[in-house]
Amino acid sequence: MAIFINETTRIIVQGFTGKIGTFHAQDMINYGSNVIGGVTPGKGGQTHLDRPVFNTVKEAVDQGGAEASIIFVPPAFAADSIMEAADAGIKYCVAITDGIPTQDMMTVKNFLRRFPKEKRMVLTGPNCAGTISPERSMLGIMPGHIYMRGNVGVVGRSGTLGYEAADQMKRLGIGISTSVGIGGDPINGSSHRDIFEHFEQDDETKVVLMIGEIGGPQEVDAGLFAKANMKKPVIAYIAGLTAPEGRRMGHAGAIISSAGESAAEKVAMLKDLGVTICPTPSAMGETVAKVLAGLK
Amino acid sequence: MDIHEYQAKELLSGYGVKIAEGGIAHNTEEAVQRAREIGGHIWVVKAQIHSGARGKAGGIKVCKTIDEVNTATQDLLHKVLVTHQTGAAGKLCDKVYVEAGTDIQKELYFCFLVDRISERIVMVGSAQGGMEIEELAETNPEAITKIYIEPAVGLQDYQAREMAFAMGLPSELMSHAVKTIKGCYRALRDLDANMLEINPLVITGSNELVALDAKMGFDENALFRRAKIADLRDKTQEDPRETAAADHGLSYVGLDGDIGCMINGAGLAMATMDMIKLAGGEPANFLDVGGGASAERTEKAFRLVLADANVKAMLVNIFAGINRCDWIAQGVVQAVKNIDMKVPLIVRLSGTNVEEGRRIIAESGLPIITAETLAEAAEKAVAARNQVVANETAGA
Repeated sequence: MAIFINETTRIIVQGFTGKIGTFHAQDMINYGSNVIGGVTPGKGGQTHLDRPVFNTVKEAVDQGGAEASIIFVPPAFAADSIMEAADAGIKYCVAITDGIPTQDMMTVKNFLRRFPKEKRMVLTGPNCAGTISPERSMLGIMPGHIYMRGNVGVVGRSGTLGYEAADQMKRLGIGISTSVGIGGDPINGSSHRDIFEHFEQDDETKVVLMIGEIGGPQEVDAGLFAKANMKKPVIAYIAGLTAPEGRRMGHAGAIISSAGESAAEKVAMLKDLGVTICPTPSAMGETVAKVLAGLK
Repeated sequence: MDIHEYQAKELLSGYGVKIAEGGIAHNTEEAVQRAREIGGHIWVVKAQIHSGARGKAGGIKVCKTIDEVNTATQDLLHKVLVTHQTGAAGKLCDKVYVEAGTDIQKELYFCFLVDRISERIVMVGSAQGGMEIEELAETNPEAITKIYIEPAVGLQDYQAREMAFAMGLPSELMSHAVKTIKGCYRALRDLDANMLEINPLVITGSNELVALDAKMGFDENALFRRAKIADLRDKTQEDPRETAAADHGLSYVGLDGDIGCMINGAGLAMATMDMIKLAGGEPANFLDVGGGASAERTEKAFRLVLADANVKAMLVNIFAGINRCDWIAQGVVQAVKNIDMKVPLIVRLSGTNVEEGRRIIAESGLPIITAETLAEAAEKAVAARNQVVANETAGA
């Protein structure tokens, strides 16, 4: 089944007619994603990439039956676009935009919590590469061809490190059910733990690979959830062994600012929680292979 | 982005937070002038560097005469101060803040932070000020009070009172305390700060509440809408390599090792550095070239990495998504030709247009070591670095 998206998911692009939106919308269409159109306020009624442009997300939902959206709107306006999607009834939203102010994300998260859980849009990102259910649908900016369909659920903060994992697995003939990028910001739409909940419910997913990094409590929080609530095995790699304390390593959220946020501490805590740790970043594929072999 | 104490105090003062009278000085004459303007019999001369724990490092001097103000300023100006927060390189002090001495009755701790767990702003306070909060959290966690703020409605008066009582403030200071706390909160929200710390917040002999120190950190993602805050940036307090990198859209962090790195994506960059360490080496830097790296940006990145004299080998690891391996390869070839590299270069390309990228590297005729996997790249980089060191030793 995969999670969040499959070949039938009706997708819209917010920031459709811009340069970046156009480029990636075309890429997603080429991959086979069911992109039904997009939203650019003021350009409603036009056609772009042979698909309709809507003025509002609400129109895209009402007239186009949109279910999922991807956001390429610049940082200053991205939070507004996310809230518009949530209010219009979009079920799943990926925010690609890098550089959204933290306080805007606090507002977004607070806004999302107003909806009862069954009506609440799931947001992943911002500052991520998106989500892909290989060979069915791509809602993101990743190189789709490196992903193979299979039974491993992947959740990670980093885009390119996620590609690395997909590539290692493909070389070993291991495929992915869905790969979800949650992004490198301090406050993001969904945590590792939120994604774990979805993978645990998904029939196609047999094991889960978490690609984490220094900073924040999310990886250990996910480990605690897995120990208490998951039957599926969890494998993890935590990047940033060499990162010094107090220095931001590229991602806004990748900074060791308090106890328990270093890679070594996270690895130790996850081990205690029964998570299988990838000893090196080049062993993500083989570690997954070993765990999969153990299932049979 | 961090700012100086004097800048934070100026901002907070505009939000109704009481501060001691003071002024900035760039030389001894100015410092003496400031002290005379302030008047009184006791002054404090404080080094303005982007770091806490300045007191322990000798960066804060109490003076009882104008002469002492003069000497203290001389001692601090143009000196590099090393605190346990600055790292061994320290920070250069090129201005001091001269402040009226404060009659301290009691020191409190107070701050606002963005809390990543609750995704809210949290207010933290303690009746035990002066020491660092990490230290207090370890030795006496019960002495710390945390109050979470609902983003939609903001900080309420009762929460400010609750914090004031928790910090042990007397009833007669309550309205002043609420005003101070709410002023700080407004400053944080209005200016897109992600951290605001007053340590210590003091009760004076004349029963006033004064911010004796002030530290503010700002969300860099919000600077586009806070031009006045962006103007407060002091590049002299930053690693010049990091500043140069940021100006070219690159994200760079200088480290102590000797294997230079250029990678796309923060996560892959950290993973590659981990791999170097696991292979027995030490990375010289973190460098994320980002997506869509042009040949020009690649060359800038090379120059930045190689400007570090410690670098004995350089590793390029690109997993192209938005990037294309052929663009990166062209950039690498152009950079090597333009820069006249003295250290071995290891390149690993993967992802979009990888065959074309590898062909460009192979056909360039340049002495570039190539690798197919992450592990192979790290091993080859460490081996090349070891060879350089061995040759240096043999030559010496």
